[in-house]
Amino acid sequence: MSADLGEHGTTAEGGAPSEGNAAGAVRAVRDAADPAPGQAGPPLPDGATAREHRTPAGGAPAMVDVRSVHKSFGAHEVLRGIDLRVRAGEVAVVLGPSGSGKSTLLRTINHLEKVDSGRISVDGALVGYRRCGDRLYELREREILKQRTRIGFVFQNFHLFPHLTVLDNIVEAPVSALKRPRRQAVAAAERLLARVGLADRAASYPRQLSGGQQQRVAIARALALEPKLLLFDEPTSALDPELVGEVLDVIKDLAHQGTTMIVVTHEIGFAREVADTVVFMDDGRIVEQGSPAEVLDRPRHDRTRAFLSKVL
Amino acid sequence: MSLTSDPPVGKATSPADGGSRAPDGGHDAHAALAVVPVRHPWRWAAVAVTAVLVAQFLHGLVTNPGWEWEVFARFFATETILRAVWITLQLTFYGTALGFGLGLVLAFMRLSASPFLKGVAFTYIWAFRSIPLIVQLLFWFNLAYLYRRLQFGIPFGPGFFSFDTMGLVGAMSAAVLGLALHQAAYAAEIVRGGVLAVDEGQLQAAAALGIPKLRQIRRIVLPQAMRSILPNAANEVISLFKGTSIVSVMAIGELFYQVQVVYGRNGRVVPLLMVATVWYILLTTVLSVLQHYVERRFSKGAVR
Ligand SMILES: Nc1ncnc2c1ncn2[C@@H]1O[C@H](COP(=O)(O)OP(=O)(O)OP(=O)(O)O)[C@@H](O)[C@H]1O
Ligand SMILES: [Mg+2]
Repeated sequence: MSADLGEHGTTAEGGAPSEGNAAGAVRAVRDAADPAPGQAGPPLPDGATAREHRTPAGGAPAMVDVRSVHKSFGAHEVLRGIDLRVRAGEVAVVLGPSGSGKSTLLRTINHLEKVDSGRISVDGALVGYRRCGDRLYELREREILKQRTRIGFVFQNFHLFPHLTVLDNIVEAPVSALKRPRRQAVAAAERLLARVGLADRAASYPRQLSGGQQQRVAIARALALEPKLLLFDEPTSALDPELVGEVLDVIKDLAHQGTTMIVVTHEIGFAREVADTVVFMDDGRIVEQGSPAEVLDRPRHDRTRAFLSKVL
Repeated sequence: MSLTSDPPVGKATSPADGGSRAPDGGHDAHAALAVVPVRHPWRWAAVAVTAVLVAQFLHGLVTNPGWEWEVFARFFATETILRAVWITLQLTFYGTALGFGLGLVLAFMRLSASPFLKGVAFTYIWAFRSIPLIVQLLFWFNLAYLYRRLQFGIPFGPGFFSFDTMGLVGAMSAAVLGLALHQAAYAAEIVRGGVLAVDEGQLQAAAALGIPKLRQIRRIVLPQAMRSILPNAANEVISLFKGTSIVSVMAIGELFYQVQVVYGRNGRVVPLLMVATVWYILLTTVLSVLQHYVERRFSKGAVR
C-alpha cells in the first residue's frame, strides 16, 4: 500500500490528513463545510470535499487514491470515511464480512456508484469530477464512460453478454468505446483468450461455458481495454469449488506481471500468496490494513481476529 | 399420424428383441425385460367422439349449399378484393411501424430519470389505453372540425407554413394515425417490459466497460429485450392486422369494408364473409411463420 500506512492505517476513523486544506467544493453545494474528520454527520448530497492531490510520502504515486469517502443508501451509511492508497503494480486484497461495504467501495472507484463526500482519483485523475479552480464539476456521462475504460471491473456473476459470442464479448468495448479497428481488436482478443486458456472457445456463446470459463472470459473482456487498474468483486464466489483454482491462477498470473489490482475475495490463501496489502473492512470502515503477514497472522483488532477465525 | 400416444400393441417394446443382450442375470436383468406401456381406453373414447364431430363439421362445409363455394371462388381473388387486402396490409404496416416507433420512444421516456418525461409518457399511455379505438378513429376523422389549420413554426410564435387539416388528414391518414397512436400506447408497455426483463448486471457490465450509452441500448439491451418483446409484439401485430377491420366505419376500402360493399350489392353474405375470413387466416399464418424466424434470429446464445 503506501508509506503513510502507519499514520492512519490501522483505522479509517483518523479521517483525512489535515494538511490539505479544503480547496474545492462541488458546485451544487457551495457552502458545504468540510466535514470534520471522523465525524460522519448527515450525508451531504454531492457535498464532496476536495483536497489537494498529493502523492503518498515517499515512492511511486498512488494509482488509486481514496480520501475520506462517505456513501449512504438512504439512512444507511455504507461507507463511513474510507482512506485507501494503492500504488502502481500493487495488489490489494479487501476482506470483510458481508455487508461491510466492500462491493460499494469497489463500485465507487469506477463511479458505478457516486460518493456522497470525499474524493477518489485513479492514476492521478479525479474519478467522476473535473477540477477547475476551486470547483469540482461533475463529469458528463460520456466522460465518465471514457474514464471507466481505464479501469477494468470483474463481477461476481461475470455478466457476460449472453447474446454475443465469446469473441464479440471481448471485442465490443475496444471497438465501441476505444474506436479500435475491428480487425485489430479481434487479434488482441484472440491473444487474450489464449492467455486465459480459452483460445478454442472464441465462437462459443457464454451459456455454453462452465462458470470458471465464463469468469476467465470476463477477465479477458476487462483486459481488452488495457486498463491501468483492475477491480475484482468476489471473482470466485459464484463458482463451484473445483473451478475456483483456474480463475485464481489467471489472477495470480496478472499479479505477477505487475497489474495493479484491488481484489475483494474470501480466499485467504490467495490473499496470502499475492497480496501486497490486505485490507480488512467492517461496517463501512477500514479496520486494519497491512502486509498479509501483519493482518492475517498478527491481526491487531478483535473484529479482524473474529472474522479470520470464521473464514480460515 | 397416430390418434393417441399409445404405441401399437404388436410392438410392445422389448430391448431384448434385438437378441444381442440376453437376460443373463445380474443387475443388467432389468434392462432386458420387455416393457408393456400403459393403455388409455378413455383416451380412445375421446378420440372417437372428437373424430365424429370433426367429420360432421367438414362434411357440412363441403355439402351444405349455404356456403356457396362457387361464389367464394369467384370473389376470392377479384381485383376489388385484392386491392382491399393490399389496403389492409398497408394499414397494418404503417400502424405497426409508426406505433412501435413511437412506442419505443415512449418506453424510454418512461424509463428515463426525468419525472417530466416519465409523466408525459405515463399520461399518454393512460389516455390512449382508456379511449376505445373506434372513438379515437372518429375523432381523428373529424380533426378538421377541431383544428382548421395545422401550422409549423416557433411554438406560440410566428408560423412558417401551414396546412388545411381537411387536406392533410384524409380518411386513410386519419386511420393510420389513429391505429398508430393507439398501438404506440401498447407497444410502449411491451418494449418497457422487455427492457426491464434484461438483467440489471448487463447494464452494469456495459457501463463498467465504458460502452457509449446509445450503443449500450442498441447492442446490449435491445437485442436481449427482443426475446421477451417479440412474442407480445407479434400478438399486437396480428391483432392490429385483424383490428384494421374497425376502420370500415370510416368508409376506407380495406378488406372487411369491401366485402360488406360486395355483399350489400349481391346479397351473398356468407360466402363473402368467408372470403374475408380466409384472407385473414392466410395472412395471419404468414405473420406467424415470420414470427418464428424473427424469434429464432434473436435467440442466439439462449438455452431455451
Ligand atoms: N443500491 C443499493 N441500495 C441500497 N442499499 C444498498 C445498495 N447497494 C448496497 N446496499 C447496502 O449496502 C451495504 C453494503 O453492501 P455491499 O454490497 O457493499 O457489501 P459487501 O461488503 O460487498 O457484502 P458481500 O460480501 O455480501 O458482497 C449492504 O447493507 C447493502 O444492503
Ligand atoms: Mg459484495
